Amino acid sequence: MEGGKTMQFRPMLVRLRRAAAVAALGFTFIAPGAAFAAGGDVAIPAQKWSFDGIFGTYDRASMQRGLQVYKEVCAACHGLGYVAYRNLKDLGYSEAQVKAFAAQVEVTDGPNDQGEMFKRPARPSDRFVSPFANDNAARAANNGALPPDLSLIVDARPGGADYLYALLTGYADPPAGTQLLAGMSYNKYFPGNQIGMPKPVNDDQVAFADGTKATAEQMARDVTHFLAWASEPNLEERKQIGVKVVLFLILLTLFLYAAKRRVWADVH
Amino acid sequence: MAHPLYDNALVKWVDHRMPIFSLYRHSLGDQYPAPRNLNYWWNFGSLAGLVLVTMIVTGILLAMHYTPHTSMAFSSVERIMRDVNYGWLIRYIHANGASFFFIVVYIHIFRGLYYGSYKAPRELLWMLGVVILLLMMATAFMGYVLPWGQMSFWGATVITNLFSAIPVVGKGIVTWLWGGFSVDNPTLNRFFSLHYLLPFLIVGVVVLHVWALHQFGSNNPLGIDRKGPQDSIPFHPYYTVKDMFGVGVFLVVFAAVVFFAPNYMGHPDNYTPANPLVTPPHIVPEWYFLPYYAMLRAVPDKLGGVIVMFASIAILFVLPWLDTSRVKSASFRPIYRIFFWILAIDCVVLGFCGAKPPEGIWVIISRLGTLWYFAHFLVLLPLLGFLERPSPLPQSISEPVIKGGGAIAGARAAPMEKA
Repeated sequence: MEGGKTMQFRPMLVRLRRAAAVAALGFTFIAPGAAFAAGGDVAIPAQKWSFDGIFGTYDRASMQRGLQVYKEVCAACHGLGYVAYRNLKDLGYSEAQVKAFAAQVEVTDGPNDQGEMFKRPARPSDRFVSPFANDNAARAANNGALPPDLSLIVDARPGGADYLYALLTGYADPPAGTQLLAGMSYNKYFPGNQIGMPKPVNDDQVAFADGTKATAEQMARDVTHFLAWASEPNLEERKQIGVKVVLFLILLTLFLYAAKRRVWADVH
Repeated sequence: MAHPLYDNALVKWVDHRMPIFSLYRHSLGDQYPAPRNLNYWWNFGSLAGLVLVTMIVTGILLAMHYTPHTSMAFSSVERIMRDVNYGWLIRYIHANGASFFFIVVYIHIFRGLYYGSYKAPRELLWMLGVVILLLMMATAFMGYVLPWGQMSFWGATVITNLFSAIPVVGKGIVTWLWGGFSVDNPTLNRFFSLHYLLPFLIVGVVVLHVWALHQFGSNNPLGIDRKGPQDSIPFHPYYTVKDMFGVGVFLVVFAAVVFFAPNYMGHPDNYTPANPLVTPPHIVPEWYFLPYYAMLRAVPDKLGGVIVMFASIAILFVLPWLDTSRVKSASFRPIYRIFFWILAIDCVVLGFCGAKPPEGIWVIISRLGTLWYFAHFLVLLPLLGFLERPSPLPQSISEPVIKGGGAIAGARAAPMEKA
């Protein structure tokens, strides 16, 4: 993974905002090129996720469908650079399935003993291969916008999974009087409402391996579930350990309170 | 104090040559007398020590896996989160530990404000505490830069740029701080170096803080001096066990956040790698800096804002001399008690203002809040000492003002020694 590679993606929309903010703060910022569109005034509808709450776990079937959506739809433009193929075992796949999945793509390796770079099928230890060689290639293919890497997309957006689901299902015709820039789509939940990504999920765009009907909502929900896992692959372990730790600490604290009472009995 | 006796021959031999066991007993053990009436607000000093140690231990572990380079810092943090065994746990403890450090220390400071712990003869103790706060702020700020996310980068840019407000040499200082002409790899390198160094300076000042504390011992909720042995109990076992109970309660809350809401106090933008070409719409510092940030932005002039912000901490250094009342505890200061709570609310309100964009009503509230903050210290406290009529003070800690009543009445009859 190339860390310095930028995964930022916001079309160059509103520059005014930055200027106003900078002036108001009275700070001198250095040469920022583009700005986030401000907005997000629309409330994001809350969704129910199986990974919510202190006992939350991921839904394997949903994640497997989500992986299929990612692979067949999102992966055309978006990388998943922090996730390795071996991590897919978390989704309930066997070692052999993961190997076969990885082998579908080629990675560049090398140099070999002839000093040449060479192509080979990906192995489980490789990380998801990005669709573009570099950011500039990605921008060139996407009307100047950079599709962000999706490894951390759920953690990196206010509203998390709810926001992502809202975004994927939030495409609509622009209200009368809204001028869309060339190549942009209208989205109810995207800050600034003009998004470079065309409506990504449509009914029956994929044929789910498990026979689930692929409505746009179902696809959005599943791929969001999958990406939530990609952002926090340790969530289940974290919550399971957490329950034990907190229960232990409560018990310990009760004992400490009893000890305190006993020691202080002759002072009070 | 008589030389303590030890049963163990080896302990006795060592202690005679290097009184390390006696040092412990006199510092935190059964030979250190503490006021018998300390309440639970006195738990937060030792809690802060616990958090400091936790931060150093987890920080050392993180440094083993972290790479301080602009092209690898973000990735190395993600590697810690995904591939290092329990790396996510270590990082979540460290990141949330910073927030909890400030929660604990802010409560510790406000306890000092309420009970007048800064007053003679504990002025130096208090001032050393303010030094610790400043070191903590510098450490926390630089630590937040290390993951090299969007907020890391832009926070670093905003805060370092504050120094450019200094006339004549400002720009030069900023370039010197950056090690270049923008926040870049040299900045990240030195922040990492200093982030590793400063906690050990904090440890040093904590030693001085505790040393100063031991000269006169803890203040207490009544704010009156101990008159004799009947007013004291040995630190161990009474306060060791009370502190341990506090530790238990603290850890329950801390663990709940670390395991169930580890990103609650963080900013989503910091999960996006730093990009000098894209400015986030709102650059906000971590919550514990928000009140200062509000004061900074309350002043329409940049240099003025910077001065006001630093003055908000600097004023604490002279607090022992601004407060003209000789009564320490707010329990006996009916008017001060009200203003104490107003100040506490004021700080929280300023915190909210710091989180909001500097527009409209928020600017006005920030200005009023800032004005009140300084008026509290510069106007109210000096005047109150003359205007306020304190309630009568108790004769001694073990003898409350109302005979036959009070929570600690009857304590005198109890045996002092604990086997």
